[in-house]
Amino acid sequence: MARSHAGLAWGGGLIVLALVAPFLFYPVFLMNALCLALFACAFNLLLGYTGLLSFGHAAFFGTAAYITAHTVKVWGLPPELGILTGVAVAAAMGAVFGWLAIRRQGIYFAMITLALAQMVAFIALEAPFTGGEDGIQAVPRGHLFGVIDLGNTLTMYYFVLAMFLVGFAIIARTIDSPFGQVIKAIGENEPRAISLGYRAERYKLLAFILSAALAGLAGSLKALVFQFAALTDVDWTMSGEVVLMTLLGGLGTILGPVAGAFIIATMETYLAETGSWVTIIEGVIFVICVLTFRRGIVGVLAPYLGGRPEAQRLPEVSPAE
Amino acid sequence: MLSWLHIAVPPAPLFFAQLLVGLINGAFYAMLSLGLAIIFGLLNIINFTHGAQYMLGAFGAWFLLTFLGIGYWPALIIAPIGVGIVGLVIERLFLRRIRGLDHLYGLLLTFGLALVIEGVFRQKYGSSGLPYTIPSALQGARNLGFMFLPIYRAWVIVASLAVCLATWFVIERTRLGANLRAATENPALVQAFGIDVPRLVTLTYGAGAALAAFAGVLAAPIYQVSPLMGSNIIIVVFAVVVIGGMGSILGAIVSGFALGLIEGLTKVFYPEASSTVIFVIMALVLLVKPAGLFGRAA
Repeated sequence: MARSHAGLAWGGGLIVLALVAPFLFYPVFLMNALCLALFACAFNLLLGYTGLLSFGHAAFFGTAAYITAHTVKVWGLPPELGILTGVAVAAAMGAVFGWLAIRRQGIYFAMITLALAQMVAFIALEAPFTGGEDGIQAVPRGHLFGVIDLGNTLTMYYFVLAMFLVGFAIIARTIDSPFGQVIKAIGENEPRAISLGYRAERYKLLAFILSAALAGLAGSLKALVFQFAALTDVDWTMSGEVVLMTLLGGLGTILGPVAGAFIIATMETYLAETGSWVTIIEGVIFVICVLTFRRGIVGVLAPYLGGRPEAQRLPEVSPAE
Repeated sequence: MLSWLHIAVPPAPLFFAQLLVGLINGAFYAMLSLGLAIIFGLLNIINFTHGAQYMLGAFGAWFLLTFLGIGYWPALIIAPIGVGIVGLVIERLFLRRIRGLDHLYGLLLTFGLALVIEGVFRQKYGSSGLPYTIPSALQGARNLGFMFLPIYRAWVIVASLAVCLATWFVIERTRLGANLRAATENPALVQAFGIDVPRLVTLTYGAGAALAAFAGVLAAPIYQVSPLMGSNIIIVVFAVVVIGGMGSILGAIVSGFALGLIEGLTKVFYPEASSTVIFVIMALVLLVKPAGLFGRAA
């Protein structure tokens, strides 16, 4: 499917903006936002396109962060192998969790993923290598492929941007592929997709693994950016946050999660010192989004920006389970 | 006898003490999953605010004692009524407006409300717990020969069992409960028979919230009263609900108590696994019987 010219123009403009952004804004903030954006895009592949609400995506994000931090710091792996290990573990965990969770649908799917993620959080608190409440600190960023020094903030920024674009391209390509058409069909009407001969469970599991792996990529990158992995990365509040970013930006829109992630990251940066106000405001945004703003920012703006009319929502009336 | 298994056999008092702790936790799991099941039955919503409502119950008791000098026994009635009224308002203002949307929106909406409520309390009272003393009539312990039984803990088990059985009775054996069950099966038909289903829905949500608050008041003297007490327990209760299935009231009660006991036993024999055992059981149940032990096939 060819992208529209308007879409190309917007994409090009955003990439140029991303290239000059570190000279205009604080680079660590931008890297954090890019990691969250990749995390949200990976999540959106499940909720926005396949219709699966995983309420435990922090498990993949946080576990990959811990694995990368541990392999780079303790085993002395170079950053690219550390990230690869983190992504591989997240994908394997996604295979197991997905295999368990797709046995149930709808709300149960959400509760199962949430519970499994909470189990991971307990393990992260008690396992010997995660450092308990302290997490894994002072993780070296190392040299990419042995030559490129990631200790330099600007170099690190372009590395994170490149990895984000790779992840984003994988997601965009997946959505436009025949596989993407099938998972969208499953998201819209699973019984019909099954009756057409598609083995919905396999497609759902594959989408889940892909989403978990990319969420892991985001977590691994974040561990290198901040040079630590901690319990907040696996906590259920992180799982809630990724839902919020996606919902606010626009479910089932390709750029929505990115917009949502940047807004939430900005808010958290500015309100970091106000204690629980971040939580309260996030809760209010949740309520407003669900009650009156279910299309999200990009979903509402897309028609005016000349993008494809692709905004898709959860079905307004769910088929009986 | 078991020494060849390398499992240390604990002394009997410790064993029974942990069993009691498990039973207490089970009492709270049972009450909370019961409330979730009732709300889910009629509203088709997983009430994420349930943990916050449990926390509100505990804080309600603390407010009543600290600011008004009202003690435990009146609080056991007043706090659930107060939280129940808050529940009625939440249903009217928010949940009613998303009837007919995908169930997932209900989960997201109640999650948002839980964040707001917990955030407000954390902003005001921090994350550390506030103490609530055991009422004088229930202080002390009784020596049962094989263990010391703190009277308050015995009371929690008796009270929760009584509330669970009363709820079961109302739903399964009264006219109101019959209407409720009918409205769960086919709301349109029940409405046609002249029963005000929207009001029934509102009242059900209020009753579920009140049940959570009652559990919160019971919990106040045992656990500390803290803004985070609800979210800590609610995710475990979700796992309990997945294990038991939400099809049956009795199933919710039985699986709540049973899982609390199993958690207590794990604490005796293999303490490292005690915080994760319920999730592992959930995974096993999903493999063997995906609809849950007491659930009807989806």
